[in-house]
Amino acid sequence: MTSKRILSPRDWSSHPRQAHPEYKSTLLRSQRQPLVPLPQSLSELTGPAFGHCGVTGLDADLTRNAIRAGEAIGERIVVAGRLLDESGRAVPNALIEVWQANAAGRYVHSQDQHDAPLDPNFLGAGRALTDSSGRYRFTTIRPGAYPWRNHPNAWRPAHIHFSVFGTAFIQRLVTQMYFPGDPLLALDPIFNATADATARQRLVAAFSTELTEPEWALGFEFDIVLRGPQATPLES
Amino acid sequence: MSSQTPSQTVGPFFSHALTPGATGHAPIAGRQLADERTPGTLIRIEGRVLDGVGHAVTDALVEIWQARHDGAYPDGSDAFRGFGRASTDADGRFWFQTVKPGAPPENGAPHVNAAVFARGMLNHAFTRIYFSDEQEENSRDLVLASVDPVRRKSLVASLRDPAGPPVYDFEICLQGVHETVFFDA
Repeated sequence: MTSKRILSPRDWSSHPRQAHPEYKSTLLRSQRQPLVPLPQSLSELTGPAFGHCGVTGLDADLTRNAIRAGEAIGERIVVAGRLLDESGRAVPNALIEVWQANAAGRYVHSQDQHDAPLDPNFLGAGRALTDSSGRYRFTTIRPGAYPWRNHPNAWRPAHIHFSVFGTAFIQRLVTQMYFPGDPLLALDPIFNATADATARQRLVAAFSTELTEPEWALGFEFDIVLRGPQATPLES
Repeated sequence: MSSQTPSQTVGPFFSHALTPGATGHAPIAGRQLADERTPGTLIRIEGRVLDGVGHAVTDALVEIWQARHDGAYPDGSDAFRGFGRASTDADGRFWFQTVKPGAPPENGAPHVNAAVFARGMLNHAFTRIYFSDEQEENSRDLVLASVDPVRRKSLVASLRDPAGPPVYDFEICLQGVHETVFFDA
């Protein structure tokens, strides 16, 4: 069995620790046993391909992909960026899926009991494939903040969930994108589960005049970085 | 050089994006990876996701990635794509219909890779699903050998009825004395 690493390890200084008492749901769901090291074989280094899965351009426009009669309500925004690995190399043809609350802070979901209106023309789910330079682009509605029951008067900062595939199954990443200047970020135990402040800032999109479309939508840039090639291969 | 984007929890509200049913757009992948036309032995993997006190985790997402029946990994060119996705139900249950993977080309026993996501998990957890009726291959598998023997059985799905259709049971315990072995690859 080879113990060579092809991909860099998960960077545990960037990722949250698993047990984070301030986030109550981790109490019974976080792992207590140490992770077992696993050599990287084909099983880990291959992964699903989504190039022919019927993802359409409309899938990336959340303001239009679920309209029934009328328009989605709220502040229209463009969220775009690049999918890269740690070496700065673009990850092309990769599947990115997003989901989010509507402008009022409500999800289309049976378990979301927040007393805020649903928008019949907004589902809050989309997907896109990155292009040859790793770029993706979504048009959506700026999500609202919403209360949750983690602690008294707890509110999640506005966020968009991102699910990302690289080329290897172990590059898989699920994360959340936040908005710059949100006062709720400092209070959010999920955002703050990543201990390192610099790493946390990688979860915050940047307002972008370049992505902002005149008379149409504000633009936000959000680059996503996956595990990349191991810089100095280790053998034992 | 760039640095990795931190992981965040999948949260409870992923279904319209990741496991859409009757509403929403067509799912990118689901529970059923294979059918009678797929080369290989059609199997079901059935299981539950449980928390640290044995309660059902009713809002988990399980993803699997596996080789074809001949041990080769799908490259997107044939109908069997090797990737599946299932959310857990009100009892914490999930299932997949797939083909039994062949032994990997390098070495080791047949297995399915799994990633587990849930509200309350800030990072997803990787595990492997081996098969109880591959005792000889399993006994030679170096990954299984690297795991504490007491915990090793958490990685082996058990064939429910050797005389019946091939259904394998695989329980995923996120925490506790029976915690499933999770890997850092």
